[in-house]
Amino acid sequence: MSGCKSKSGPAVMATPFDKNYSGPVTVDPLTRIEGHLKIEVEVENGKVSNVWSSAQLFRGLEIILKGRDPRDAQHFTQRSCGVCTYVHALASTRAVDNAVGADKNMPTNARIIRNLVMASQYLHDHIVHFYHLHALDWVDVVSGLQADPVKAAKLANSMSSRVTKPEDLKAVQTKLKAFVDSGQLGIFTNAYFLGGHDAYYLKPEENLIATAHYLEGLHLQVKAARAMAVFGAKNPHPQFTIVGGVTCYDSLSKERIQEFKDLYKETKAFVDECYIPDLLMVASNYKDWAGIGGTSNFLSFGEFPADETDINSRFIPQGVILNRDLSNVMDFDPNSIKEDIRHSWYKGESSLHPYEGETDPQYTTYEDRDRYSWMKAPRYKGESMEVGPLAHVLTAYARGNKAFVPVVDSVLGTLGVGKDALFSTLGRTAARGIETAVVANAMEEWVDNLEDNISSGNTEIAVDWEMPDEAEGVGFVGAPRGALSHWIKIKGGKIENFQLVVPSTWNIGPRCNQNKMSAVEEALVGTPIADPKRPVEILRTVHSYDPCIACGVHVIDARTNEVHKFKVM
Amino acid sequence: MKFSVGLGKGGAEQRLEQNGVSRRDFMKFCATTAAIMGMGPAYATEVAAALTQKRRPSVVYLHMAECTGCSEAVLRTVSPYIDALILDTISLDYHETIMAAAGHAAEEALHEAVNAPEGFICVIEGAIPTAHEGVMGKVAGKTMLDICKEIVPKAMATICIGTCACYGGVQAAAPNPSQAMGVSEALGGVTTVNLPGCPTNPFNFVGTVVHYLTKGIPELDSDGRPTLFYGESVHDNCPRLKHFDADEFAPSFSSEEARKGYCLYELGCKGPDTYNNCPKVKFNQTNWPVEAGHPCIGCSEPDFWDAMSPFYEPS
Repeated sequence: MSGCKSKSGPAVMATPFDKNYSGPVTVDPLTRIEGHLKIEVEVENGKVSNVWSSAQLFRGLEIILKGRDPRDAQHFTQRSCGVCTYVHALASTRAVDNAVGADKNMPTNARIIRNLVMASQYLHDHIVHFYHLHALDWVDVVSGLQADPVKAAKLANSMSSRVTKPEDLKAVQTKLKAFVDSGQLGIFTNAYFLGGHDAYYLKPEENLIATAHYLEGLHLQVKAARAMAVFGAKNPHPQFTIVGGVTCYDSLSKERIQEFKDLYKETKAFVDECYIPDLLMVASNYKDWAGIGGTSNFLSFGEFPADETDINSRFIPQGVILNRDLSNVMDFDPNSIKEDIRHSWYKGESSLHPYEGETDPQYTTYEDRDRYSWMKAPRYKGESMEVGPLAHVLTAYARGNKAFVPVVDSVLGTLGVGKDALFSTLGRTAARGIETAVVANAMEEWVDNLEDNISSGNTEIAVDWEMPDEAEGVGFVGAPRGALSHWIKIKGGKIENFQLVVPSTWNIGPRCNQNKMSAVEEALVGTPIADPKRPVEILRTVHSYDPCIACGVHVIDARTNEVHKFKVM
Repeated sequence: MKFSVGLGKGGAEQRLEQNGVSRRDFMKFCATTAAIMGMGPAYATEVAAALTQKRRPSVVYLHMAECTGCSEAVLRTVSPYIDALILDTISLDYHETIMAAAGHAAEEALHEAVNAPEGFICVIEGAIPTAHEGVMGKVAGKTMLDICKEIVPKAMATICIGTCACYGGVQAAAPNPSQAMGVSEALGGVTTVNLPGCPTNPFNFVGTVVHYLTKGIPELDSDGRPTLFYGESVHDNCPRLKHFDADEFAPSFSSEEARKGYCLYELGCKGPDTYNNCPKVKFNQTNWPVEAGHPCIGCSEPDFWDAMSPFYEPS
């Protein structure tokens, strides 16, 4: 197996490592993400000079959707991803709502419940990302063993309103020590931080605090996910949305709403008392990462509508920012999306709007750097765009959004950095926390609105509608990972064409026809690599996007919907 | 901050005391685990022994063509909680979604685990793409097909988690563009323990692991599913069965009958043809599709994406 392998001579790989290394570094599998991703970089004098982001799996969900009942689409597309679960079900449901006109009559309660489940997904997803997918890039778990629990508790109490006792942290150390002493390191086997690593900066006390919350977060996320199931039946893969509303009448009871509130409040407390303080603690130690990993262009569809038919009614606003120009936020134009295939494992060099897209799979080789991914390359007016929390936060900030601006300013003030710091790996990771806190704040009012409606006798959650013989519709979702859209064409009451343009193709896709890099490729250029054998710096920037590869690698031939002959060269 | 019941190697009870867990509390926990698996109180002792082995059994968890939903489901386990499961009960030596290592370091961890003399349990999530010798799915330059061909024969047991690994799942729905198959089919009929579901209920997964550690492989039905969890239909245990028996059906989701919680059969419920314990165990300890007013889509049956759809039409 090739793995993360330097292709140069062994001398470079010897300890102590060479900080001025030049040569290729490949990370495959890139772990702690959803899906199968290979990142290949070229390093010159200790810095990344070139990048290839390569999705390694083809599933073909859109091909499978052709000819099926449009109502069923949400169940198929939801299986695009079980990490960012629900978002595809919502996008498909919105697309069919839109096609059949049910969005115009959407019951208020259905809209609120859909929003509450999505907001719960934000909270769950971002907590799991920060602690369980991203934290080990910044936190040396084993270093926490060296910490003084008294000092660590004092530090924790200075950062958070929650009271942390030295014995709590001592217990974590005891647990950790027994685990390490067992010699079976399980999920920590071969971690880059083992034995020390120059790119890890936290003090033992800080590592201990973060590790304690890593473990507590494993527990807490169970409850955060349970909140979704109160309305959504289950998590992952909720099963309660339908075209025209939602189905969960039993969840309108006082007991159920209270159950949701309790779970939501416990999750919110963890966000405010652990996630945000830990984020600031990590960020204040890694300020060099405020100058690494930035991109230029940002796209947001917004999320949490006050009116299902009006994209401008969304709590997180929609918008487009080009060249980091926060003084000029443009409205998003759905007609400006094209998908390129020149560097993907498909035949030809087309650049087409999703509805006109052609797909003719043609794998080359694992090593190929010309055609190197199962993802297409979506572009907005020809430019690669970053989507996700940073795009959401920048759009909201630039639009002067009242919910976001004070939180962004507070975070920047605490860290003592300017707005430019947002355009970075650190900014991206901070934006995810900011978004979590802002959404958590907003949810309380939404639950109150739902309760008020129910107590005033309005328990409507679904409307009737009729399947047209021919129609088309689109569902835009601002998922936790960013701009997601599903496009449906209905003919004869069946799916004639279904297209997904998903966050990770924007962020993690390959180069476009004009040879412009994708967001993650652009972000990785210039990244310093302290130890080419343990390139944690690559993980930091890639993980800051929270990649979700499985949903990015479904393609369809929108022209014929046929699977073309597949040739191995 | 009490996270778990046992720790590391040796002296389990002493460690439990250190963590503020008395033997009585621990045995109560084991009895609960035994009870939810449908076993008698005596079984609790065996559960306790399995959960506090000196060397934690090694588990290698592979991801194929999948959505990671089953991994997420396992993260939601509460009996025991996920932190206790992976830190105290098993040694999760390879799992791409949560392991710290990446790239070559991850591959080394996998190599060590599958060649350890003590052996390992293999868990597979996802189907295996077989079209064109498997090139549509690769990890570290190897096809998923080759990875499974290499690793599965070395495992003490192979557990397929989720409908994809069991029978092919969503990517195997017609016209199955990548010729995805379940593990057993792709590997020429090798025996696997199949835990279908989309996702699998983590209760069924942990229960199977505990059963394997205490009593060996559980009794399986003709589709490879443990009868302990998949022996009865969703319909037979459905709290809305009384409405089915009384011919009380919801004609639409906006209807008064839907509000009243009538049977969802006419709206497409596949409960009668689906074998799983959803009504008994529920998901996330709180709910399941029919309780949330949505028809069962039959997600633990082989080929349900084609055989059970359209989902909103009665079968």
